Amino acid sequence: MTPAAGLPPPPTAADRLGAVTPGAVADWLGAVTPGAVADWLGAVSLVAGALLSLAAAIGVLRFPDALTRMHAATKPQVLGVLLLLLGVALRLRSPADLGMIALVGVLQLATAPVAAQMIGRAAYRSGRLDRKLLDADELAEH
Amino acid sequence: MNTVLAAVLASLLSVAALLALIRLYRGPSLLDRVIAADMLLATMIGAVGAEAAINRHATTLPVLVVLALLGFVGSVSLVRFAVRERP
Repeated sequence: MTPAAGLPPPPTAADRLGAVTPGAVADWLGAVTPGAVADWLGAVSLVAGALLSLAAAIGVLRFPDALTRMHAATKPQVLGVLLLLLGVALRLRSPADLGMIALVGVLQLATAPVAAQMIGRAAYRSGRLDRKLLDADELAEH
Repeated sequence: MNTVLAAVLASLLSVAALLALIRLYRGPSLLDRVIAADMLLATMIGAVGAEAAINRHATTLPVLVVLALLGFVGSVSLVRFAVRERP
């Protein structure tokens, strides 16, 4: 990972020059530890999850009826929460915390489809949908 | 990096929660409000998790478990028992 780290230690006279010496490169590469990389990846996934939440909130506000709003609202419930939990896991990095975070992810993945199915069924049965927006209505015969 | 990250995450999640609250206030039917409340709860899970990630502590992780269960129980019970279905 650090090709310059295998070099022999540079002479101290080269350090006094203040130029880009092999020693300086080795120091810079030594600063890129796996922990720092995990921190940056965690930050990126945290921001991605937050952006997904924002996009879904705009969709919930703008979409015309209950089914399309549900379509927007399920994005942060699964992918957004998973991205944010990945960010938390990449920044905490201890086994007990990873277990708790995985529990949250599994609970979210197991419960979000059930809740969405019940909301969708109630929306269909109570007629809270815009039929002009439906491409196909496979429950129409019932 | 931590300060910038905290500011970006706080602004994004606050705007998302605000938009969900607007839909929660406006929503013409109870179902729209349930959907908006679910969405608000997912945003809250994200916010609590982001705070734990920025400050690097694990004390609020059980809160995440409770919030994940609360969203399910709340929306299912509301939809199951409070929405009047046509026979």
